[in-house]
Amino acid sequence: MIGRLISRRPGIVPRNRGGEPWLAAVIAVLCLLACLSAVGAMAADRAAQGWARQLRAEATVQVRPRVGETGAEAAARAAQTLAGVAGVEEAAAMDRETAEALLRPWVGAAVLPDLPLPYLVTVRLDPDAPASAVSLSRALASGGVDATVDDHSLWRREVERSAALITALAVAAFLLTAGAAGAAIVYATQAGVAAQRTLIETLSLTGAEDGRIARLFQTRYALMAAGAGAAGAGVAMALVAGLRFLGGPDGVTPALPVAWSDVLMLSPCPLLAATVALVAARITALASLRGGG
Amino acid sequence: MPVQPPRAALTASATDTARLSGVGFGYADGPGVLRDVNLILPAGSFHFLTGPAGSGKSTLLKLLTLEARPTAGRVELFGEDAGSPSRAARAGFRRRMGLILQDLRLLDHLSAFDNAALPLRLAGGKREGYAGDVMEILDWVGLGGRGEDRPPALSGHEKRRLVFARAVVTSPELIIADEPTGGLDSATGGRLLKLFQAMNRVGTTVLIASHDEALAKASGASVLRLREGRVVGGGA
Repeated sequence: MIGRLISRRPGIVPRNRGGEPWLAAVIAVLCLLACLSAVGAMAADRAAQGWARQLRAEATVQVRPRVGETGAEAAARAAQTLAGVAGVEEAAAMDRETAEALLRPWVGAAVLPDLPLPYLVTVRLDPDAPASAVSLSRALASGGVDATVDDHSLWRREVERSAALITALAVAAFLLTAGAAGAAIVYATQAGVAAQRTLIETLSLTGAEDGRIARLFQTRYALMAAGAGAAGAGVAMALVAGLRFLGGPDGVTPALPVAWSDVLMLSPCPLLAATVALVAARITALASLRGGG
Repeated sequence: MPVQPPRAALTASATDTARLSGVGFGYADGPGVLRDVNLILPAGSFHFLTGPAGSGKSTLLKLLTLEARPTAGRVELFGEDAGSPSRAARAGFRRRMGLILQDLRLLDHLSAFDNAALPLRLAGGKREGYAGDVMEILDWVGLGGRGEDRPPALSGHEKRRLVFARAVVTSPELIIADEPTGGLDSATGGRLLKLFQAMNRVGTTVLIASHDEALAKASGASVLRLREGRVVGGGA
């Protein structure tokens, strides 16, 4: 008899079978959305950083040949000069065939033989310590090359500004969703605790200290929120892992390059949800006890 | 049903269990509910508190259970000032009491066993450690075979016995009961009264608020009468 009684041990705080599963479902969905927003923010930031990094690692030099020198010779000399500059990985003169191939889709093949084309050198810079436009210009001048350096800084600034805006929007979306998830957890917890006011009074009259009563509720709601948070985060992790698996390192689209580390970054979600519920339950239960005299 | 309470419900104390000196209670802008109440409940005593509806019985019990604070006078419990205790001290006082309130306050989602064991569970006791004592007390109050049943499956009389079991399971020094026999026929009420008497015989102070004068007289206990907020008979 005693053994049977010991084996069954329901919690002192009863489950609200009517509303609680729905509240848990809402928390799970909001946690899922918050996780996806977080991954979106991380991927947007990663894409923006990648674009800016690519632009930073390239420069174009337009060469003007000296008297008695062909354009190709001037470009070759410029490339040779630039190859020795610190922060330059590779400098290559662009030959006429390559330039024509680039222009052919835009102007057509018929006019290309008569079209005067600029003599260009494409420079690949060290992405970690790229040479500046000033140092490239100075090297060309000291090498006796008349040239103009375009380090794409105007274009890069626009891209970086756009990328920063995209990242900020993604972070804002994440914060809003996470805030909504937190508010839902707080609301669910407060409603649940408020519905148990009679139980709280009974436990107090039975001699339980406030901290003990609050612990019962915070444990109860922290577990509920942790479970819901784990469900939401689990689905989000599966989706992100699927995207990473299907798309490889660059993601399904270059605008959303997800990484395996993003999957791991979602793992604290149940803990965060549980912490929010725990704090909300404790504050509400203690307020209920103090309000009840 | 055995007359002697089980070992788990035994207690002993030497000081006055409760002492009220010049106690008054009233709501703001309202008439006083209690006026100049002087009352001593010696350790091991048995009292009935009677009076018509509105005489202040429930308020007096609330002062003793620390649900309300006196607006005048002094309340002592177990030899200590209990007029405005801290919340931790209040919980400490309540752990030395067994309360049987009119609305019973049973937890319907728990079994009779878990309801009776609630104070022990809240105190952090291990189920394996207290299961035997709880079963013994359930046996004593006549609910030995109902440990697994939940309160909705119990009759009104059984629910009151269960509340009684919950009140005595921690071996309290003071049992406070508010209309414990309300709604019961006289024979059933008499059987419940025997449980209170058995606890009193082993040293527990008992205070029962009841409008049932006949039951109070039949109990042989001291009868305190409240009328218009004053103790008019049997007080200190």
